Amino acid sequence: MKNNWPLWEVFIRSKNGLEHKHCGSLHASDAEMALVNARDVYTRRMEGVSIWVVESKNITATNPDNNGELFEPAQDKVYRHPTFYKLPDELKHM
Amino acid sequence: MSEAEIEKLEIAFEQKITDDVRIEPKDWMPEKYRKTQIRQISQHAHSEIVGMLPEGNWISRAPSLRRKVALLAKVQDEAGHGLYLYSACETLGVTRDDLYEQLHTGKAKYSSIFNYPTVSWADMGAVGWLVDGAAIINQIPLMNTSYGPYARAMVRVCKEESFHQRQGFEIMLKLANGTEEQKEMAQDALNRWWWPSLMMLGPTDAESVHTEQSLRWKLKRKTNDELRQQFIDQTVPQAEVLGLTIPDPDLKWNEERQSYDFGPIDWDEFWQVVKGHGPCNKERISARVGAWERGEWVRDGAMAYAAKKEIKKAV
Amino acid sequence: MNDKSTNSLPLGEMSEGQRGLLYNYILGIADNSMILGQRLGELCGHGPSLETDIACTNVSLDLFGQVRNYFQYAAEIAGEGKTEDDIAFLRKEREYKNVLLVEQPNTDFAYTIVRQFLFDVYHLLFLEQMQNSEDETLAAIAKKSIKEVSYHERFSTDWIKRLGDGSEESQQRIQKAVDNLWTYTDELFHQTTADKAMVSIGVAVDVTTLKDAYYAKVNSVLEIATIEIPESKWFQKGGKNGVHTEHFGFLLADMQYMQRTYPGMEW
Repeated sequence: MKNNWPLWEVFIRSKNGLEHKHCGSLHASDAEMALVNARDVYTRRMEGVSIWVVESKNITATNPDNNGELFEPAQDKVYRHPTFYKLPDELKHM
Repeated sequence: MSEAEIEKLEIAFEQKITDDVRIEPKDWMPEKYRKTQIRQISQHAHSEIVGMLPEGNWISRAPSLRRKVALLAKVQDEAGHGLYLYSACETLGVTRDDLYEQLHTGKAKYSSIFNYPTVSWADMGAVGWLVDGAAIINQIPLMNTSYGPYARAMVRVCKEESFHQRQGFEIMLKLANGTEEQKEMAQDALNRWWWPSLMMLGPTDAESVHTEQSLRWKLKRKTNDELRQQFIDQTVPQAEVLGLTIPDPDLKWNEERQSYDFGPIDWDEFWQVVKGHGPCNKERISARVGAWERGEWVRDGAMAYAAKKEIKKAV
Repeated sequence: MNDKSTNSLPLGEMSEGQRGLLYNYILGIADNSMILGQRLGELCGHGPSLETDIACTNVSLDLFGQVRNYFQYAAEIAGEGKTEDDIAFLRKEREYKNVLLVEQPNTDFAYTIVRQFLFDVYHLLFLEQMQNSEDETLAAIAKKSIKEVSYHERFSTDWIKRLGDGSEESQQRIQKAVDNLWTYTDELFHQTTADKAMVSIGVAVDVTTLKDAYYAKVNSVLEIATIEIPESKWFQKGGKNGVHTEHFGFLLADMQYMQRTYPGMEW
């Protein structure tokens, strides 16, 4: 029988105050095993205080072919950045 | 897709490589790049897990508790590194099971060095010092390789691997400063592992079929010969610290090149080992195949349990 | 520990005889962890998946970490410049005091995980009690180890449920391993002379008091895992007094190889 363990993505919070960050993937037969495996594989050197796992097939991702329409329109919206606004030099800390 | 469209994509791809923009899994990439990546990353992954065997061999016989935990942790890291690399490879649309299949059937290669036997405790020192030393030289440039998942896996691998070489060197140091018998054991290990370690960095540039393309795509950042020279130059002074003799009568400092000259490598031996005629090729593969086959019912049992739970949840 | 009326003595105030009993008592605890750790270490690189390899190695590393704490303490008690490695590697077969359960071989992954489970449940109950030992060092080791062992117990319990209630084959294999290892469980609750002496001064855990909780926990897990609880009431014993199964000599031959071949050297 060829019944392979599915792939899971692992996200780890390295310490309280920081966000969970993707750190890799692994195989496991179910979510509980994925958590345990993630603990054993990805936190052997005190890398984490919290783990999320999600089965890879449940992740919906953008298609890089659409990157133009998705991400380029933001490029000319310079008014969203503080440097767009001209202020007198005397004014400090704003 | 029309030829013109593909050409446009190819130009954009090459531009990214030139600009050092990482290639990510869903990005368009030439089929040859994808295949080369799969080959290189999976070979690397296979080397990690086959590499567990010669050292795993000594876990049960480690001479002290301190050495035993260090060796266990090291071999475990290798399992981890294999896992990271297989995962990186899986982003290219191939499964770990496919890759295992290639390893088990002899279609895939792994580092030739792991086909040599570990016959004494000193080999744990020599493997850590020389083999991991050579591996690090090979791996550090790969942290900047063009394929994102591979580069990220290598960052993690290199960070973890930093203790491996020190662990090996420390074993050698202890032996070199030990009794006459221990010193002989260390020298004997160096004699046996030196040349295979040089070979491990791959065939000479003239013979290497993949080097040119791999360099162009920044899958590789230095040629085999450059890596080998770097390895020799950094290892010779370490051997001096140990008071051990490198088994190469032609080894000599070249003032002009500011590098060591070294004697001819027996490439015939290298190719024989690569082709499956090394001392342990058969044992290594049969150990991997055996572990996989003996584990099948475990993996299947776990999946059956998961399926039952899903059904229960649905009800 | 149940009887707080008699206080334990600091090491310096112990009689030679008491120190010897404490030493033997510590070996009894540590040898279990060491031999189980050794068995798990044999598997490294040969497990059913990379993930399980890494997990089992973690358990092995935890156990060896505990062993070093125990033996460093035992070496201190023994004096005469003894080291943790002398104690670990240089005893004769009869001088190892581990229970028979932990030396059983890795026949297949079912034996490995059942052996682990049957020991972990005991180990956790044991450490929970040892936290209260009058001996501060042992209490401290227990406090540190208990977190590790709680994880081991969860890990092996999950696997028993998973494989017991998994496929037909996995259920059969777990059942077979339980049937064959069951005979080694009762010994966990036997007391040696050292045990009894150390219980009387509040240092040792009275293992006889753990038995009910142990079988209640084991049985409940096996039930969930659809595994039948063996009916046999005949149990093997001997390890705690140094009489081991035939497997043990080979395990020692491996483990002691370097120390025996090259006596008196440092590594």
